[in-house]
Amino acid sequence: MTVTVPNVAEAAESPASHLHPVASFDLADHPLPTGREEVWRFTPMKRFGGLLDGTPSSSHLSWDVSLPDGAATSELTLPEIVALGVPAPVDRASALAANLGGGAVQVSVPAGVELAEPIVVRLHGESIDDVVYGHVVFRVGAHAKATIVVRHTGSARYASAVSVLAGDGADLTFVAVQDWADDAVHAGHTGLRIGRDAKVRTVTVSLGGDIVRLVETAEYDGPGGELEQFGLYFVDAGQHIEHRLFVDHNEPRTRSHVDYRGALQGDGAHSVWVGDVLIRKVAEGINTYETNKNLVLTDGCRADSVPNLEIETGEIEGAGHSSTTGRFDDEQLFYLRSRGIPEDEARLLVVRGFFVDIIRRIGVPDLEEQLMRVVESELASSVIARRGEQ
Amino acid sequence: MATLKISDLHVDVETEDGPKPILKGVNLTVSSGEVHAIMGPNGSGKSTLAYSLAGHPKYKITSGSVLLDDVELTGLTVDQRARAGLFLAMQYPVEVPGVSVTNFLRTAKTALSGEAPKVRTWVKDVNAAMDRLGLDHSFAARSLNEGFSGGEKKRNEIVQLEMLNPSFAILDETDSGLDIDALRIVSEGVNRYTAQGDRGVLLITHYTRILNYITPDFVHVFVDGRIAAEGGPELADNLEAEGYDRFVRAVAASE
Repeated sequence: MTVTVPNVAEAAESPASHLHPVASFDLADHPLPTGREEVWRFTPMKRFGGLLDGTPSSSHLSWDVSLPDGAATSELTLPEIVALGVPAPVDRASALAANLGGGAVQVSVPAGVELAEPIVVRLHGESIDDVVYGHVVFRVGAHAKATIVVRHTGSARYASAVSVLAGDGADLTFVAVQDWADDAVHAGHTGLRIGRDAKVRTVTVSLGGDIVRLVETAEYDGPGGELEQFGLYFVDAGQHIEHRLFVDHNEPRTRSHVDYRGALQGDGAHSVWVGDVLIRKVAEGINTYETNKNLVLTDGCRADSVPNLEIETGEIEGAGHSSTTGRFDDEQLFYLRSRGIPEDEARLLVVRGFFVDIIRRIGVPDLEEQLMRVVESELASSVIARRGEQ
Repeated sequence: MATLKISDLHVDVETEDGPKPILKGVNLTVSSGEVHAIMGPNGSGKSTLAYSLAGHPKYKITSGSVLLDDVELTGLTVDQRARAGLFLAMQYPVEVPGVSVTNFLRTAKTALSGEAPKVRTWVKDVNAAMDRLGLDHSFAARSLNEGFSGGEKKRNEIVQLEMLNPSFAILDETDSGLDIDALRIVSEGVNRYTAQGDRGVLLITHYTRILNYITPDFVHVFVDGRIAAEGGPELADNLEAEGYDRFVRAVAASE
């Protein structure tokens, strides 16, 4: 495989990875991509509708937050954001969001505070005619415990930067749901920085939108951090949903486990999953596993799935990845049908099971129930359900 | 009183080199209340018989007939055959991640009987069936067959047999891979099923061991895709003593 190396290797903030362009707040480091760059090659650039051009805009998504006792919001200017040491933008969309978004909203949980209820941020777009740049910073202090849910609905052309800082020993569950209207356009970067011995669990659910392209990066601020990342996506006819993950094992004895699953149905449904892991020379004793599974429900879909592992030290506990893309397992269907279950119902069971199998690993019962409802509602409108009604 | 009547059944399996005939004219009638053991060496086509009766897509019935009473099964889909009353306990039960045993059983029972079982009695019945097969109740909430040991999978097949209670059950090498305790427990499950008096069993096995626990009414020796010899339980004793060689040589000599 030929890997295109962007010509930015000398930039100071660039990770030592062959696969990733520079991370930088400077817009000049993020020229308008042509679509021929390695990291953009799967993306139908035209469908961004000029989102990446950099036209200034003062439009915003409407913001509604449920803030439990102990959590607070404030506003940050760009210099303040940079000074916090958040992961820098890795692509033009997030660089635009950071530079043109007029600062950021910060949601913070002080050190040592355990939130009884989740923080829920509801972001809603009013119109596909609006270009929106938005930057949100989540800071969870040392030894704090929190669940944060960010939910996107409505429509917009939205470039996002989301920065997540988990302090030493923090325990954070971070959920992002892309439940956009059919015409929405969303490109952005979520950057995680994981403190020493912190536990961070992310759940990314992408359902709606014409094109959704999310880059999720993670780096560690000290040894012993644990990261689990779960992803679920349903891609319908004509939709492009792209998740690009990069876990930078830059500290020893850190862990990462990534499990993304998607179902595709309908003509032109296209999913992209790229899972990159870099194990740096210093990162001895780490453990990482990445997996992506795609279930292709109809003809005319395309699932691209690319795991990459760059290993610069052999002194590790474990590193692996897997990727599968396929149709229904005939043996599973045969088994279920041999018990009298009609074919369409058997297919529904298998697809539901495909998602249950990941949801049950999340370990947050309320969230698991909510996600099951999401899956049920997607399945209710799926081609197999509709076929079953005939 | 029901009858499963297999007549002159020919079956091909798809291979890379094209279709390969496996079953070469099987004739067998099982009436309700009877246990028929089918025994034979590896590769004789025993499992092909089981899977083609159940309608596995890998096997193609080229000629012949399978009548369950007056319903011709060969033209039916897999699930239609099951709803007609056929059950296959598989040699290698399939793992289905994310589908719990209890949800699966309930969906199957609903499909077979046309109405959902009553919640309260159903849970109690499933737990009781698991108790009888020596499976912990926690198995009900686990993904179907996922991470089950070989023996647990076979016990789970018999839990299904008891809960779904079909008119005819094909047991495809249910005894293989079982230790002696599991073999006894599984056999007791089959015996409870047949004790109803109006159920038929086609017991496919490579070994005579299970016949110490389940007494067949008829024994058929299967060689090269058809039945080479038939008899009562004494035929199994004979096989135990002499093995399959005599039958294999006889079939080879006749060709």
